[in-house]
Amino acid sequence: MSTTVKTPISTDDAAHPPKLNYLTNGHSLRSWLLTEDHKRIAILYLISVSFFFMLGGAFAGMIRWELTSPAGNFLESDTYNRVFTAHGAIMVFLFLLVAVPAVLGNFLVPLMIGARDLAFPRINLLSWYLYTAAGTLILISVVSGGVDAGWTFYTPYSSLYSNSNVSLCLVGVFLGGFSSITTGVNFIATVHRMRAPGMTWFRLPLFVWANYATGIIMMLGTPVVAITLLCVIFERTFQLPIFSPELGGDPILFQHMFWFYSHPAVYIMVLPSFGVISEVISAFSRKRVFGYHFVAFSSLAIAFLGFLVWGHHMFVSSQSMYQGVAFSLITFLLAVPSAIKIFNWTATMAKGNIHLNSPMIYAIGFMGLFLIGGLTGLFLAAMGLDVHLTATYFIVAHFHYVMVGGTVMGFMAGLHFWWPKMTGRLFNDNIAKWNAVVVFLGFNLTFFPQFISGWMGMPRRYHYYYFAPEYQIYNILSTMGATVLGVGFVVPVIYLIKSLFTGEKSGDNPWGAHGLEWQTTSPPPTENFYYSPIVTDDVYDYDPVAEHEASRELGARGH
Amino acid sequence: MNLANYPFSPPAASNFAGEMDLLFYSILGMSVVFAVITFAYVIFYAIKYRAGSSADRSSPVYENMKLELIWIGVPTVLAIGFFIWGAKVYADVRIPPKGAKEIYVVGKQWMWHIQHPNGVRENNTLHVPVDTDIKLTMIAQDVIHAFYIPAFRVQFMVVPGRYTQMWFRPTVVGKYHLFCNMYCGTQHSEMGGSVIVMSKRDYAEWLSNNGEMRQNLSPTQAGEKLFNKIGCGNCHGPVDLPPRSPSLMGLYGKTREADNGQRYIADESYIRESILRPGEKMLKGYSNTMPVYDKQLSEEEVMALMAYIKAGALPSLPAKNMAAGVPGTEAQVNGKAGLNSNALEFTSERADATATSRGNDLSVGAMAAEKGDQKR
Repeated sequence: MSTTVKTPISTDDAAHPPKLNYLTNGHSLRSWLLTEDHKRIAILYLISVSFFFMLGGAFAGMIRWELTSPAGNFLESDTYNRVFTAHGAIMVFLFLLVAVPAVLGNFLVPLMIGARDLAFPRINLLSWYLYTAAGTLILISVVSGGVDAGWTFYTPYSSLYSNSNVSLCLVGVFLGGFSSITTGVNFIATVHRMRAPGMTWFRLPLFVWANYATGIIMMLGTPVVAITLLCVIFERTFQLPIFSPELGGDPILFQHMFWFYSHPAVYIMVLPSFGVISEVISAFSRKRVFGYHFVAFSSLAIAFLGFLVWGHHMFVSSQSMYQGVAFSLITFLLAVPSAIKIFNWTATMAKGNIHLNSPMIYAIGFMGLFLIGGLTGLFLAAMGLDVHLTATYFIVAHFHYVMVGGTVMGFMAGLHFWWPKMTGRLFNDNIAKWNAVVVFLGFNLTFFPQFISGWMGMPRRYHYYYFAPEYQIYNILSTMGATVLGVGFVVPVIYLIKSLFTGEKSGDNPWGAHGLEWQTTSPPPTENFYYSPIVTDDVYDYDPVAEHEASRELGARGH
Repeated sequence: MNLANYPFSPPAASNFAGEMDLLFYSILGMSVVFAVITFAYVIFYAIKYRAGSSADRSSPVYENMKLELIWIGVPTVLAIGFFIWGAKVYADVRIPPKGAKEIYVVGKQWMWHIQHPNGVRENNTLHVPVDTDIKLTMIAQDVIHAFYIPAFRVQFMVVPGRYTQMWFRPTVVGKYHLFCNMYCGTQHSEMGGSVIVMSKRDYAEWLSNNGEMRQNLSPTQAGEKLFNKIGCGNCHGPVDLPPRSPSLMGLYGKTREADNGQRYIADESYIRESILRPGEKMLKGYSNTMPVYDKQLSEEEVMALMAYIKAGALPSLPAKNMAAGVPGTEAQVNGKAGLNSNALEFTSERADATATSRGNDLSVGAMAAEKGDQKR
C-alpha cells in the first residue's frame, strides 16, 4: 500500500491539455454517426437509452394510473395489455440490458485498463446500429398497433393466438440480441488483449471484472434466446410445429429456452451495476474495496451459477419435481455471492473517509434496495412458497427491487460519478443528493406495497380487479410512489443538461478518485491518454488517513 | 375501497396455509434481521466515518479471511436450511394423497369449465366440500392458464396438450377468490370467479340436486337467480349500452319506441315476446344481438324472469345472493368483509367499458368462446 497517489502518466500534459478532446474533435453529424471512438459511441448509447427509459417510464405511468381504480375504466383491456407489454419490452430489451454496459462500460472499460479503444471499434459502432435498428423495430411494432404477448412472449399465446405485432417486435429483440453479443465479445477481447503494461488481472478495477463477467453471459446466453425467438416467428408465420401442442409442439419447451437466457440476463442487467457500486463506494470512502478477490470472483460465480437456475421460473409449470429441487438448491446458493458483495461493500466503508456526494447516496440507496430485492428472492427460491407467490405482485415487486433498485440506482450512481469525466462539467451536487433521497423514498413507496398485495394474492398483468377491491389501497400507494419516482427521474435530466452549459469546469479528478480514468483529462482526448500508461500501483490505492486533508479541501470547494 | 386489510395476508382456508405461512414468516424474520443489521451498519459507518469526523481510522483492514468465511458460511447454511424446508412444502403440494376426490378443470379463453365426478358442471365457480382432499386434473384448450386460489396458497399452470394436477384440502367454509394467474389475452382479468367451500352435507345436497340448492324462492328471487344464471346481466346492466343492450331496470310500464317508429307499452306480453323473440320489436337505436330464447325457457322460467323484471330488475346484494346459493355460509362471508367480491359496487363505474361478469353462468362461457373464435 503506497501512501501517495502515483501517476503512471506524465502530469505535464494533463495539466496543460491540448484544445481538442473527444467531444470537440469533430462537430459534424457524420463525425458522430460514423465514429469509432468508444467514448462517442457511449454518448450515442446514453442518448438512446435515456429516450427509451423515458418512453418505458411513460408506459409505466399509464399502468399505474389505470390500477388506482379497481374498475379499469381508463383503458380498454386490449390497450392495457399492449401498454404493459410495451413497458416490459422497452425497459428490459432497450434499457436495462444496455444501460450500464453499453454506456458506462463502453466509456470506461478502455480508460480503466489504459487502452486507446475497445478491441473492435467498428464492431462497437455496429452494435449501436443494431441496437438502433432493434429500438426502431420495437417502436414501430408498438406504434402500429402494439404487441400484447407480454415481454416474456409465452407460447402458444405469442405464437398462435395473439393477433398483434409479435413477429415485428421479436425481430427487433433478435437484433438487439446481436447488439448485446457484439458488446460482450468486444469486452472480453479488450480485457484479455488490451490491458496496459502492469495492469495485471488483480489490478483490474471491479467495474472491469463485472463487465467481463457480463460479457461472458452476453456471449453465451444471447444466442439461445435469439434462436428461441426465431422459432416463435417461424411457428407464427409458417405454422412450423415447435411450441404449440395443436401443431405437435411443446409449450413448456419455450419456457425452458426463454429462461435459459432470460434468467442470466438478469445478471447482465445487474452485474455491471455491482461494478459501479464497487467503484463508487471505494472512491467515496477513500478506501480500497474490502475483500477485492472475493468481490471479483463472486461476479464470475454469479455468471456461472446464473446459467443453472432458469427452472426456478417454472416451479408451477409442470416441470418434474426433481428438476425443480435442483433448480431451487442452486438458486439458494446463488444468493451467497450476492451476499458476499453486500457484506464486503459494507466493510469497505468501515474506517473510510466517507464523502456523501450524490453518487455515494445512490450507492447507499442501491445497497438498501438490493438487500430487499435479493432477500425477497429467497421467498421465491423456496419452492413451496413460490407456488403461492409466483406471478403475483410479489414477483413484480421483487424484480423491480432488483432491476430498478439494482440496475437503475447503479446506473444513476455511475452516471453521476463519471459525468464530470464524460463532459468535463460539474453538476449541482446539492440538488443531486436530495434527488437521490427522493428517488429512494419514491421507489420504496411504489414497490413495497406490491409485496403486500402480492402476498395477498393479487395477480400480475390484471387490467382491473373490481371483484377484489381489497387490493386498491396498495395500488393507490404504488401510484403515489410512482409519481414521486417520476419526478426523481425528470429532475436529473434538467440539472445534468444544465451542467453542460453552465456547469463549472470539473478538472481531471473532481472527486479525488483513484484509477486510470481519472488520470487523463476531462473530457479525455480521442486517444484517451497522452502517453501509454504504465501501471505500477495497486488498484484502489486509497489511504483514508492521508487523504483526510485533501478531502477537506474538496469540501471547501463546495462539492 | 377497503382500508382495513389487517393482518395483511390472504385468508387461510386450506391445509397448506399453515405450513406456507410459517415458512413465509420465517424467511421474513430472517430477511428483516439480515437487512436491518446490514443496512444499520451502512448507515452507522456513513455517519461515523463521514469526511471530517474525528473517528479513529488507524490500521484499516482490507482482507480478512476469517470474516469472509463467516459471511460465506452463515448464508450458505441458512440457504440450505430454507431450501430443504421449501422443498418439503413443495413435495406436499405436488403429491396428492391417495383417494382424493377428483374434479376436472378445463381452462379456455377466458373461463374455467369445471366438472364434478357425478357430472355436475359449473363455470368460473368451484364448489368443494370442507375437510375433504380434492384433486384437480386440469388441461387447457388454447393457451396456458394458471389456476390460482390465494386463500388455499395453491396455484398451478393449466397447459394445452398435457394434464397437470393440483390438490388441496379446504378447511374453512366460505367464498374465496379464484384467479387465472397466467396472462392469457384480452380478458385475462375476467377469467376467474370464486371457490365456494361448503359443509359436506350442503355439498352432497348441491351435487345431488344438479348443482342447485333446494329452497323455496319467491318468483322474484327465482327470477333473479335465473337472470344471473343465464347471464342476462352480462349485457343488461344498470345503464343503457347502445347499440348493444338497454338496461332493464324499471322497464315495466314504460313506453318503448321500436325502430320502425311504433310505440309500445312495456307490459307483460311485450316483455315476454322480447325475451323469446328479441328481434320482433327492436328498440330504436339498438341492433339485434340477443339470442332467441323461444323453446329455450319453460313458461315457469319466463314467468320468474317476468316477476324479476317487473320488480325493477334490481340486483340484491351479492352477499345475500351468495348466501341464497350456499346456506350456512353467510356468517363466514360477512365475517370476512375484505374478501367479499362486491362486484356490483363497481358495475356502474364500468358501464362504459366492455360489459363483463365473473358469474358462474354458462353464457359467460358462450360469450368468451365467441370472442375467442373472433380472435382466432
